[in-house]
Amino acid sequence: MRPALFAPLALFAVVLAIGYIGFQLEDPQRLPSALLGKPFPAFAAPRLDGGSGALVRREDLLGSPVLVNVWATWCPTCRAEHDELLRIHAAAPTLRIIGVNYKDDAAKARRWLRAYGDPYEFNLVDLDGALGVELGVYGAPETFLLNPEGEVVFKQVGAVTSDIWRQELAPRLAAMGMRVDDGAELPEVGAAPPSAALEADVPA
Amino acid sequence: MIPELGHLAVILALALSGAGAALGLVGAGLGRSAWMRAAASAVWGQLLFMALGFAALVYAFLVDDFSVAYVAQNSNSLLPWQYKISAVWGAHEGSLLLWTLIMGLWMAAVAACSGRLPLGFLARSLGVLCLLNGGFLSFLLLTSNPFERLLPLPPADGADLNPLLQDFGLIVHPPMLYAGYVGLAVPFAFAVAALLSRQLDSAWARWSRPWTNVAWAFLTLGIALGSWWAYYELGWGGWWFWDPVENASFMPWLAATALLHSLAASEKRGAFKSWTLLLALTAFSLSLLGAFIVRSGVLTSVHAFAVDPTRGLFILAFLALVVGGALALFGVRGGAAWSAVRHGLFSRETFLLLNNLLLVVALAVVLLGTLYPLAYEAATGGDKISIGPPWFNRFFTPLMLVAAAALGVGPFVGWKRSNLRRLGRRLLACFAVSAGLALLVGLLLGESLSLGGAGALLLGLWIVATQGADLLRRRRLGGASTPLAYWGMSLAHLGFAVSLLGVALTHELSVEKDVRLAPGETFVQAGVSFRFEGVVEASGPNYRAQRGLFEVDDGGRHLQLAPEKRRYLAGGSVMTEAAIDPGLFKDIYVSLGESLDGGDWAVRIHIKPFVRWIWLGALLMAFGGTLAVADRRYRRLALRFAPGRRGLAGRPAGAGTAA
Repeated sequence: MRPALFAPLALFAVVLAIGYIGFQLEDPQRLPSALLGKPFPAFAAPRLDGGSGALVRREDLLGSPVLVNVWATWCPTCRAEHDELLRIHAAAPTLRIIGVNYKDDAAKARRWLRAYGDPYEFNLVDLDGALGVELGVYGAPETFLLNPEGEVVFKQVGAVTSDIWRQELAPRLAAMGMRVDDGAELPEVGAAPPSAALEADVPA
Repeated sequence: MIPELGHLAVILALALSGAGAALGLVGAGLGRSAWMRAAASAVWGQLLFMALGFAALVYAFLVDDFSVAYVAQNSNSLLPWQYKISAVWGAHEGSLLLWTLIMGLWMAAVAACSGRLPLGFLARSLGVLCLLNGGFLSFLLLTSNPFERLLPLPPADGADLNPLLQDFGLIVHPPMLYAGYVGLAVPFAFAVAALLSRQLDSAWARWSRPWTNVAWAFLTLGIALGSWWAYYELGWGGWWFWDPVENASFMPWLAATALLHSLAASEKRGAFKSWTLLLALTAFSLSLLGAFIVRSGVLTSVHAFAVDPTRGLFILAFLALVVGGALALFGVRGGAAWSAVRHGLFSRETFLLLNNLLLVVALAVVLLGTLYPLAYEAATGGDKISIGPPWFNRFFTPLMLVAAAALGVGPFVGWKRSNLRRLGRRLLACFAVSAGLALLVGLLLGESLSLGGAGALLLGLWIVATQGADLLRRRRLGGASTPLAYWGMSLAHLGFAVSLLGVALTHELSVEKDVRLAPGETFVQAGVSFRFEGVVEASGPNYRAQRGLFEVDDGGRHLQLAPEKRRYLAGGSVMTEAAIDPGLFKDIYVSLGESLDGGDWAVRIHIKPFVRWIWLGALLMAFGGTLAVADRRYRRLALRFAPGRRGLAGRPAGAGTAA
C-alpha cells in the first residue's frame, strides 16, 4: 500500500470540511446577526441628491453614532416606518440618519422625501442592490446602528417602531453619550401611515 | 391522481435501485451469475419508472395542475406550452427529477451496450450506478419532492416561470449539462468496478473511453449553451463570468478533458493507469460538488431563494460517502495499477502528461477561486471576500496558451519516442505557415492587437497549421484508411483553436458603448451607424414590453434591431431582451437600458467580432468527441475482446490515435 495514494482522500476531506463549515455559516437563520459587533463593510456609493459629486465611503460614517436605514418607495412598511424616523430625527437631532435607497427609482425616491419629509442627512443610491448584498439585507426596511468607530451595534430587520426606539436604540445612544430628548412631538407631515404589517418586504 | 402515480413511480424506482445495487455488487462478490444478470433488469425497471414519474410531472404542467406546489411555483396558465415543458426543469425539484431520468438513461445504455464486458465487471459497474441513482432518488424523495400538493386550497393561477428561463437556450441547456454531469458517472462506476474486481489492466481504460467521450461532448455542449444563453439573455454582452455556478460546470469539464487524454495513454501504452483512475473518480466527484454548490446555495448570496439547510447537508453527506468511499478504495487498491512505462522525452506520453498537468493546474485554479471565498469566510467566522474574473483570467489565460502551444506539437510525436530532427523540421515549417497566416489575418483585421492577443492569434493558427499538416501526412502515408477516431481528435483540436481565436479576437476587438440617445438621433461606432427611432409599446403572450426601434446601417447593409424591456404579467419582473444581429465575423448587439428624462434612453451598443467562434469551437469539440466514438475500432474491439490481454493495442488502424 502506498501512502501517497491516500493524498486525494485527505485533500477531499479538507474540501468537505470547508464545505461543511461554510454551509453552517450560510445558514439563513444565523444571518440576521452576521454583521453584529463587526465593522460596517467598506463601500462606495453615490448620493441621491448628488452632493458634491464624490462617492460616499465608509470613512464618512465614522466619528459619531449613525443610524443606517435601508428603504425603498416600493415598500409599504417603509412608509409606515418613515414617520418614526422623522420623530427620531426630532428627538435626537445630532444623530446622523443615513438612508440607503434600495433597488429603487431615484425620481420616485426624491418625490417621496418631498412629500413625506426628510429625516435623512443624505441618502445613498443602491440601484442594483449591491450594497444591500454587502450588508446582508433581506429586503426593506432594515436598519443598522453604528457606533463612532463604525461597528454595527444593533440591527433591526423590518420597521423601526417606537418600541424599538425606546428599548433598543435610545439606551444604546445614551450609552454612547448622545443627548436624546424623548418628549419630541411628531412633526406634521404627509398622510397617516397605512396600517401595513410591520415586517420586511422583498422587492418585486 | 396523476401526480400521486408519478410519486409512486419514483418510490418504485428507488426500491429497484436498491435491488440493483445489491444484486450487482453482492452478486459479483459472491460470484452468482444469476444475481449479476438480474442487476441489468433492475436498471431497465428504474428507467421505466423514472420515465413514468417524469411524464407525470410534465402532464401536471401541461394541464396547469396548480394544486401541485411545484407547478404553482413555476408555471402559469399564460405560459406558452413549450415553456410549460421546460418549466419542469426550471427549478430545483424538477431538475433533480430530470437528473435521475438522465441517470436512468445512462444506466440503461451501459446495460444495453456492454453485453461483451466480463459479467462481474459489468455487474459491479451497474451496481455502483444503481447505488448512485439510489442516492439521488432518496434526495429527491426526502428533501425535494416535486409532486407535493397544495391542498386544500390550491391557488387559482401559478406564479410563473422565472422570465430569465423562458427561452430556447434554457430549454436545452440543463438537459445537455445534466447528460454530461451524469454521464461522468459511467467512467466513475467503471473505475470503481475495476478497483473492486482488481481488473487494473488497460482493458477498463478501453471500455471507459467511448463513455467518457460522449459524456464530455454533452458537457461541452451544455456549457457552451449556458454561455451563449448568458450572452444573449442576461443583457450584459459578456459570455463567461467566472460565476460559481459556471465554475461548477467547468471544473468537471476540465477534469473530463484531462481524463480523455489520460485514458488514451492508459489504453495504448498502459501508462499513468492509477492517475487515470484518479481522474475518473475526480471528474464525477466534481460533478457532485457542482451539484452541491448549485443546489445548496452555499456559494450564492443570501438572496438565493429556497435555500433549505437539509438539502445542503444531505448532499454533503452523500458526497462524503460516495467520493470519500471511492477515494478510500483508490487508496487501498490503486497501488496495483501503478505502472512504470518507459518513454522518451519527446514522446506522445510526455505531451499527454503535459496536457494533464496543465488541465489539472487550471482545474486547481478554478477550484481554489471558487472555494477560497468560502474557506476564508469559514476561517474568519463570517468575513466575506470575493474573487473576480481578473484573478481567474490572470492564471487561466497563460495556462491555456501554453496548452495551445503544446497541442500543436502533440499529434506529431509518436508513442515512446520521436525522431527529433524530422520533428523539428516539420514544426518549423508549421510555425512559418502559422506566423504568415497570423500576419495576414492581422493585416486583414486592420486593427492593432495587444501582445497577448497577437500571441493567441498565432497559437490558434498554429494548431490549425499543425493539425492540417498532420492530416496531410497521414493521407499521404495511409491513403483512405484514416480512422474516424483520428478525424474526431483533429476536429476537437480544431474546435479548441476556433474557440481560442474567438475568445482572443472578441476580447481584443469588441467595442462596448453605453450611450444616451434621443429619438431620431444617430450614433456611429466602428463603421456601423445606429439610428434610434424611438420606443413603442408591444405585448407578448405573458408580458408587455417597451420595444426600442433601431435602424442599423452596417457598411451598406440595412437592418432593424428591436431590443425590448419586458415586464412579465404574473411576477411583475422586468427583463432586458437584447437585439442581436449575429454574424460569423461580427455580432451587432443593442440592449435597452433605462428611460431617461425628456424621452431619451440609455442604450448599450456592442460590436463583438468573432464572438460566435467561441461556441462554434465548442460545437466542433463536441462533434469531434462523438465522432471518435463511432470509430470501427470500438466495435471490433468489443467483438474480439478477451479479458486481460493487451495484444490488440498495437494494430495499425488504432495506432497514433490520441483522443
